[in-house]
Amino acid sequence: MNTVQDSSRRFFLKTTVVATGGLLGSGLIVGCSTMADSSTAVAGPRGLRPSVTAPGAMPNAWVKISTDNTVSIICARSEMGQGVFTALPMLVAEELEVPIELIRVEMAPAREPYTNTMLGGQITGGSTSVSEAYVPLRTAGAQARMMLIAAAAQQWKVDPSTCRAENVMVIGPAGQKATYGELAEAASKLEPPKTPKLKDPSAFRIVGKSIARLDTPSKVNGSAEFGIDVKLPGMLYAALAQCPVIGGKPVSFDPGQALTMPGVKQVVQISDGVAVVADTYWHARKGLEQVQIKWNEGPGKLLSSQSIHAALEAASTKPGATIKKLGDVDAAMKTAARKIDATYELPFLSHAPMEPMNFTADVRADSVALYGPTQFQQLAVGLAAAAAGVKPEQVSISTTFLGGGFGRRIDVDFIVQAVEISKAVRAPVKLLWSREDDVKHDFYRPIAIHHMSAGLDANGMPTAIRFQMTGPSVTARLFAAFVKDGVDPFMTEAAAVPYNIPNQRVDVVIHDTGLRVGYWRSVSHALNAFANESFIDELAVAAKKDPVDYRRTLLAKQPRYLNVLNMAAKKSGWGSPLPDGHTRGVAVMEGYSTYLALITEVSTNGNDIRVHKVTIAGDLGAMVNPNIVRQQMESSVIFGLSAALFGEITLKDGVVEQSNFHDYPVVRMNQSPEIDITLVDNSSEKPGGIGEPVTAMIGPAIANAVFAGTGKRLRKLPLRLA
Amino acid sequence: MSTSLRINGKSLSVNAEADTPLLWVIRDEVGLTGTKFGCGLALCGACTVHLDGRPVRSCQTPLSAAAGKDVSTIESMSSTEVGRKVQAAWIKHDVPQCGYCQSGQIMSAVALLKDKPQPTDTDIDDAMSGNICRCGTYPRIRAAIHTAAGTKGA
Repeated sequence: MNTVQDSSRRFFLKTTVVATGGLLGSGLIVGCSTMADSSTAVAGPRGLRPSVTAPGAMPNAWVKISTDNTVSIICARSEMGQGVFTALPMLVAEELEVPIELIRVEMAPAREPYTNTMLGGQITGGSTSVSEAYVPLRTAGAQARMMLIAAAAQQWKVDPSTCRAENVMVIGPAGQKATYGELAEAASKLEPPKTPKLKDPSAFRIVGKSIARLDTPSKVNGSAEFGIDVKLPGMLYAALAQCPVIGGKPVSFDPGQALTMPGVKQVVQISDGVAVVADTYWHARKGLEQVQIKWNEGPGKLLSSQSIHAALEAASTKPGATIKKLGDVDAAMKTAARKIDATYELPFLSHAPMEPMNFTADVRADSVALYGPTQFQQLAVGLAAAAAGVKPEQVSISTTFLGGGFGRRIDVDFIVQAVEISKAVRAPVKLLWSREDDVKHDFYRPIAIHHMSAGLDANGMPTAIRFQMTGPSVTARLFAAFVKDGVDPFMTEAAAVPYNIPNQRVDVVIHDTGLRVGYWRSVSHALNAFANESFIDELAVAAKKDPVDYRRTLLAKQPRYLNVLNMAAKKSGWGSPLPDGHTRGVAVMEGYSTYLALITEVSTNGNDIRVHKVTIAGDLGAMVNPNIVRQQMESSVIFGLSAALFGEITLKDGVVEQSNFHDYPVVRMNQSPEIDITLVDNSSEKPGGIGEPVTAMIGPAIANAVFAGTGKRLRKLPLRLA
Repeated sequence: MSTSLRINGKSLSVNAEADTPLLWVIRDEVGLTGTKFGCGLALCGACTVHLDGRPVRSCQTPLSAAAGKDVSTIESMSSTEVGRKVQAAWIKHDVPQCGYCQSGQIMSAVALLKDKPQPTDTDIDDAMSGNICRCGTYPRIRAAIHTAAGTKGA
């Protein structure tokens, strides 16, 4: 084991610049541990076992080869359903010349080479995983292959160029054969080649294929290990009471009868609340019912949905930061044949992943071991170290599968809580939130108000568009340095329309509502696309033009947009007759460098809105695994549909009024539409992201269909006819 | 307090209070973690197990209600013919994404197919709408159930 760690460390130092694209240090580094001696999670057909590490030599940070010829590929992004556990190893395996069915996948520890260079930290998010890894992971596979070949060539005293790699083996000019397992130790001592030549995409045997997900077998028999399933020797279970008003803190507590309840070991106060620690989770939960807590509720108590909305509206009329200015909007408005204004509103949302927040922490005097589901290993390590009073390099983290992330697990509040509890009781502790904890103590998707104006010419075509969006900034809380001159780059996604409009102005106003906010699947695309794609539809209606034709005219010089729009229109039968009462609506957007058009088929019955079918055309550029791409598009449709039809978090006296799936409903099987997906074959372009963007499009596409059917323009989410 | 029950064909006695939800007995006492906690109020179906062959939400089923009965969890599905067919169909259609709800989905689907070997789409809506999936795998679940049943979409 020591030799493995040593060789891998040496590699890290040598190849940091290659592995991180030279960007390390320019990004969002928070208490990074580069040398933590972390155990890693090992996954195979029977699932993840975080406490086990397969031994083996590491030619580089991404490849581990055991003497028995087992090839493990390191997965540095969290698997939360989006398929990185399959797609990322495919990139390495392609160049390493290892059949995908022979590899094992291990989750990476928190270390420097695993930084996401597009985000500047070890983060899974922003639909970046595949696009960020597309070149570096193939490079790592090629480097390892060349090192294995070089080791064989040395052994055989032949020129490396006369050897080739094939099927976990190097083959020499005279037919010599050596397995990767036999060569790994020697290979890991060699210098990695600086500029390995990568395969031409036409030679790909793995990348671009719809290979079955590697995690599926373990997810149909209950063996896949999630955070909630972690078990350590001597581990206790914790349930935590947090202040009903978010931000409130415990002042004191009376354990009442808790300590006499079965299985209860201790009641402890931590920064965020009071925890009961017991021998089982149920005992902890039951014990918690007995505890009386005095809270300092803090200023959050004054917040209500009404007061938040009034303050947001007031802020929305203030001048904002201008992120795009084209031509002269004011002058064009004055000469316009017609002027149209509209205001759109979006609510706070909860993430509500199926696995409630949880983490397991084992805090010792000079070390902390963390196990569980997180999207942000680096932040977890940094804040856990601070909470435990140890150095970041004394903290290890093993990432399990995530029972959904959607951005919620970028925040690490529950990890710090687990650390504080474990430290207090001097034992390994698994903290598990209830669903009520999860809904009431989220970092909520920001609310927003959009004021939109447009000027149309005599033909109804827009000559000017003005966009002003107002809402709270997530980035101001998490990565304040990235907010410059009043602009949060994660509030302005899809804010500027792609349409050919000569005069444009896009302004954004940051307004802190007092309720904490977090990144939520598709981030600000979901806010801005609702306003833009609803508004362009209103302009088409005003111009008495077909919404697809109107967009086509305005996208004439945007071939990738136009192509997906035409494909979706054709596939959906846009313009062709529908069953009585059914209408179609369209939305177009680029997000994460992926170009999308989405068409809904909708009917209404009284105040009920029913979505029958969703047709999507997508151009992502190169795709690593088209089946996973389809999964993500389907997933985003359903996730966005929940938000479009139901999602709304409200506050009263500082307390979130929703608590579980009865009052925070989400789409179920009987509400799930048919989904038809067409993907553009465009492998010459860099891969775009697909985990999120479709989420943003379903809302406006439904609103547009509802207008077509009822004449009612719904400008507020969730969509309500009454 | 000792309660006797059979889990996945194995008789055992557990020491837990009679009102302990079966979910936590299965997970924390017996150590079978395939059955998941999602909501605690029988709203999401992640904790679905079979009690004498019928699907129940184990988060709202007290241990006392399972005493002396047969409990089947996801871990035993590969030992039944319908269970194997459903698992194979799930793999064929690459149903799971995050996978957290899938144990419950499979338990509901197996119960449906035992009850109605040739389910219609309406049968599927009725049997499966108690199981939430936030990854939105519903279209593939529907297709996989049809495949397992050998009906349309197979």
